[in-house]
Amino acid sequence: MLELKNVSAGYGTFQALFDVSLEVRAGEAVAVIGPNGAGKTSLLRVISKVIDLNGGEISMEGASLNEVAAHRIIELGIAHVPEHRRLFPRLTVEENLKMGGFIADARAHFDERLDYVYELFPRMKERRHQLAGTMSGGEQQMCAIGRGLMSGPKLLLLDEPSAGLAPVIVQQVFDLVRRIRQEGYTVLIVEQNIQQVLKVVDRAYLLEVGQIKMSGSSQELLENDEVRRAYIGL
Amino acid sequence: MDFPLTDPFFWETVIQGLLFGGVLALLSLGLNIVFGVIDVVWICYAELIMLGMYTIYYLYSDFGVPLPLAMVAGVLMVALLGAALHHFIIRPILHTEPINQLLVTGGVLFFLQGFATLAFSVEFRNLGVSFGSIEAGDMYIPTTRLLAFVVSLVAVVVLWLFLKKTYLGTAIRAISQDRDIMPLMGVSPGKIYLVTSALGGGLAGLGACLLVLLYDIHPAIGLTFGPITFMVCVMGGLGNMIGGFIAAFIFAEFIALGGFYAEIEWGYVMAFAFFIVMMFIRPQGILGSKS
Ligand SMILES: Nc1ncnc2c1ncn2[C@@H]1O[C@H](COP(=O)(O)OP(=O)(O)O)[C@@H](O)[C@H]1O
Ligand SMILES: [Mg+2]
Repeated sequence: MLELKNVSAGYGTFQALFDVSLEVRAGEAVAVIGPNGAGKTSLLRVISKVIDLNGGEISMEGASLNEVAAHRIIELGIAHVPEHRRLFPRLTVEENLKMGGFIADARAHFDERLDYVYELFPRMKERRHQLAGTMSGGEQQMCAIGRGLMSGPKLLLLDEPSAGLAPVIVQQVFDLVRRIRQEGYTVLIVEQNIQQVLKVVDRAYLLEVGQIKMSGSSQELLENDEVRRAYIGL
Repeated sequence: MDFPLTDPFFWETVIQGLLFGGVLALLSLGLNIVFGVIDVVWICYAELIMLGMYTIYYLYSDFGVPLPLAMVAGVLMVALLGAALHHFIIRPILHTEPINQLLVTGGVLFFLQGFATLAFSVEFRNLGVSFGSIEAGDMYIPTTRLLAFVVSLVAVVVLWLFLKKTYLGTAIRAISQDRDIMPLMGVSPGKIYLVTSALGGGLAGLGACLLVLLYDIHPAIGLTFGPITFMVCVMGGLGNMIGGFIAAFIFAEFIALGGFYAEIEWGYVMAFAFFIVMMFIRPQGILGSKS
């Protein structure tokens, strides 16, 4: 579904990604794991075209994304739930969801998708008229994922959904990701919480200093000595 | 002096102030929405209104276009000017120091004023349309002022509904809260800025429709309304439309009542003195949030 070939990207003269190649097949959940500053967020940003490619090729369902403008990416079925959730704090929950369904194709489906998101997250329905910025971190994460679903995406990009949340809530967030999977979405998730995320995805890539260092099934990475020593602390 | 509450002239003054407040409220809307969304103050805002007034005047007086049609053309014209101002002048320097945007729109102010003087001469012009007055008890209320007031209130409500209910309106509110993630919503920030500028211009154009009925038109009329519009916005909390709305009425009553007790100039002096005092007490404006 999504394919990156030898992608390089960065900020001005600073290069954050070097020759990254990866693939996400339809129906899969794939994780990109790695330490802080490895370039995980930059990787999702370059897929969304929020930052420019310096080299390589990105394609979605066979069509190149290289020349596609950032605000057109969502029309191709890619929804990006950004790092730190980034809800519009002074819009209500429902208005945030409305922004997620802004594109023309999504507007006709607004009511049905709103019902769907409320069914998935009943808490959001209770809070529909509350300002998003006044909710707890876990609730905001639900709202952010719900907002991502409003465009009716095929592929969901999740950037550290568990970051900054209390341990109990972290567990809920991963349950949530599991449910999203069961709903049939293809997921590319970026995480530092490696042990948890490897339990919900099929495959993973290890990113270090902007380069893919390792890849394999969740099981393979969980059992890998190097990964265990460096990231799981065993 | 008589006890004012029984004096019909006093009440007439209060009502005149209220009606003028409606016009100021409308004038502040366009400037406020542009600032609230794009973070740029159009110093030349009142000069856009001036061009709108000339557009309406010439279409009506020289080309015989029916007044309502001339007014629609005036609104569209200023909306276009607002979009052009953003596209050609603001956008290229949007990411530089904020002072640059202030200075450049200040430059546009004098450019437009000079241009209007050359093109239309310094002569005062009047549309010469009058709708008479409405008599209520012992009071006389000019119909045009009442009309201007009603149009202002309707504009405020329609704008509020637009911002609250439509996708575009929601995006306009959203972009001022988090510009950088707008592309992830499928929204091009540049387009929203352009639409907002056209909207700000359109509101200036609507202001022109009202002012053209109330005042003579001349190239420097922007200097009469520019500073007070700006101060209404600042006192309400720049970018805060409800604050601007309230401030407009406070200012208007100061001016009207000043005119009642002394000359109208005293009204302005007191209004501006009040503004300066307010800047010490609440520099963020009545409803503005800190910083
Ligand atoms: N906006 C930016 N401008 C310049 N450098 C940045 C920017 N964002 C991230 N970086 C740098 O890019 C590298 C990768 O960052 P990031 O993709 O955020 O990593 P991660 O998400 O894995 O923590 C880091 O060295 C970071 O300092
Ligand atoms: Mg990150």
